[in-house]
Amino acid sequence: MPKRNNNDMVISVVKSIKDKYDTSELEMIDMEKIEQTEPYNSTLPEKSLSIIKADDFSFYYGSKAGVKNISMEIYPFMVTAIIGPSGCGKSTFLRSINRINDLIPNIHVEGKLFVNNQDIYSRQINLVNLRQQVGMVFQKPNPFPKSIFDNVAYGPRLQGIKKRSVLQQTVEESLQSAALWDEVKDDLKKSALALSGGQQQRLCIARALSTRPKVLLMDEPCSALDPIATSKIEDLIETLKNDYTIVIVTHNMQQAARVSEMAAFFCLGELIEYDLTTKIFSNPSNKQTEDYVTGRFG
Amino acid sequence: MKITPAASQRFVVAFLWLITSITLLVLLFIIGYILVHGLGHINWSFLTESSRRMGREGGIFPMIVGTILVTGLAVIIAAPVGVLTTIYLTEYTREGKLTSIIRFGTDCLAAIPSIIFGLFGFVFFVVVLRMGFSIISGALTLAIMVLPTIIRTSEEAIRAVPKSYREVSYGLGSTRWQMVTKVVLKSALPGIGTGIVLSIGRCISETAAVMLTAGSALRMPDSPFASVRTLSLHFYILSREGISMENAYATASVLIITILVINVIAYLLMRRLAAKVR
Ligand SMILES: Nc1ncnc2c1ncn2[C@@H]1O[C@H](COP(=O)(O)OP(=O)(O)OP(=O)(O)O)[C@@H](O)[C@H]1O
Ligand SMILES: [Mg+2]
Repeated sequence: MPKRNNNDMVISVVKSIKDKYDTSELEMIDMEKIEQTEPYNSTLPEKSLSIIKADDFSFYYGSKAGVKNISMEIYPFMVTAIIGPSGCGKSTFLRSINRINDLIPNIHVEGKLFVNNQDIYSRQINLVNLRQQVGMVFQKPNPFPKSIFDNVAYGPRLQGIKKRSVLQQTVEESLQSAALWDEVKDDLKKSALALSGGQQQRLCIARALSTRPKVLLMDEPCSALDPIATSKIEDLIETLKNDYTIVIVTHNMQQAARVSEMAAFFCLGELIEYDLTTKIFSNPSNKQTEDYVTGRFG
Repeated sequence: MKITPAASQRFVVAFLWLITSITLLVLLFIIGYILVHGLGHINWSFLTESSRRMGREGGIFPMIVGTILVTGLAVIIAAPVGVLTTIYLTEYTREGKLTSIIRFGTDCLAAIPSIIFGLFGFVFFVVVLRMGFSIISGALTLAIMVLPTIIRTSEEAIRAVPKSYREVSYGLGSTRWQMVTKVVLKSALPGIGTGIVLSIGRCISETAAVMLTAGSALRMPDSPFASVRTLSLHFYILSREGISMENAYATASVLIITILVINVIAYLLMRRLAAKVR
């Protein structure tokens, strides 16, 4: 994937970042400078404005590549969709970002993957910190067989937080962010398994938010849900991107078009095209992408 | 003549039913026979008095105490060792040469007749380590004997914990040990518990191995190094030496009832636990 020098893209990216950029945590960008630059004849700012950056990144299961030579930057406070046919490595890439794939034996990576400018596959990386910063929501709602409260309090408790009042507050805030608070606030002791599928998935989102991550990874979060539950989650994604960077894998083209600003099309383990979602869906540069988004293959 | 599928289906059902009933009948017959001959001799003094005249008279209190001590100690030793071994095997190593050797080893241990464990315990604990015929020697021997059971059942229980629980736990930033204690052990607890209960049953009913390691003293034990006689060994000696068939049946009845009660309690407990974690 060649380096993009597209000013439109950068400007729209930066516009959506606006004032949410936390200087202490992320590299600050000089926004005015970018907006003032002339379209089409300037280059990307020197300092990377991405929160996730893959640099020729490959992930191998044994000798078989799950994804290969991925180079892309994912921008903060936006929804980035990863689309592509089954088995093309979407989950592999997503699960590399918080190194949850480390659980699988005989894997290895090549190239680099940065989160917050840190090379996450370097030896110095603290996996516990990384995973607290990069939360994950899975395809199937998978709450623990515990109460609603204990599910959301699980993450904070791992960090050694024991004080009831602190836990209570974190649980409430997380459930509120996941738009589930009003439905469960009277019955936090209820088993999480007694909730509906859509509620369980929002609970899983709340649980992922409980460690106050920067990034939220979602692997087909709606594929096990009915249309109403799905649209609730989509609405939620819309609000969550104000505070979080979201990377979502989806097989649903309408969903990708609805919720995401950027879209990456993967095929056979490679990144074929990565651009603004509107561009990917209206005017893709690559024939394969076009065939896929118009439903001619995949 | 052709047999219709419906007819063969009826035949198979009837046949399976017959076999099952025969099995159940044999089991009920054995238990019933012993209880019929034994229950009549069980009374309060039989349960609370020491035996006199080699067990011809008096009760079985020292054997009850001996059984509880040997079994309890054996399980207290075997359970943590077994569960920690399993955690190491399932969570801390990748499948490889070492794990297959350990697994092969435990399978072999499980297939060895208990008298061999007894012999080993006799040579190693009683003679070499000079522990003598004692509660300690018996318990250590039984612990080794039930280790494979505990490892096997815990391993099954731990492997049955959904992968997604592990992923979620790691995803929320847990260390491996936090994941093991907060997720894996919690949801594997009913399975692990079942394995431990099975081991308790095996320890209580074991005869050969305790005969060679715990001895057969009739006295109340006064230290961990005292020799004791367990219930099953008492039963064996009473009947084999023809000392007292009444007391032998009575002892056997106590054994059977104890094991039944343990199993029922364990079953109920595990069911409640399983309902909680699943
Ligand atoms: N645990 C694993 N071990 C070996 N190979 C794997 C493993 N997981 C995935 N793969 C392989 O890696 C490739 C990419 O798989 P991945 O699950 O990332 O695809 P995907 O795009 O998420 O597919 P889907 O849309 O079906 O979820 C596939 O060829 C798959 O067979
Ligand atoms: Mg997938």
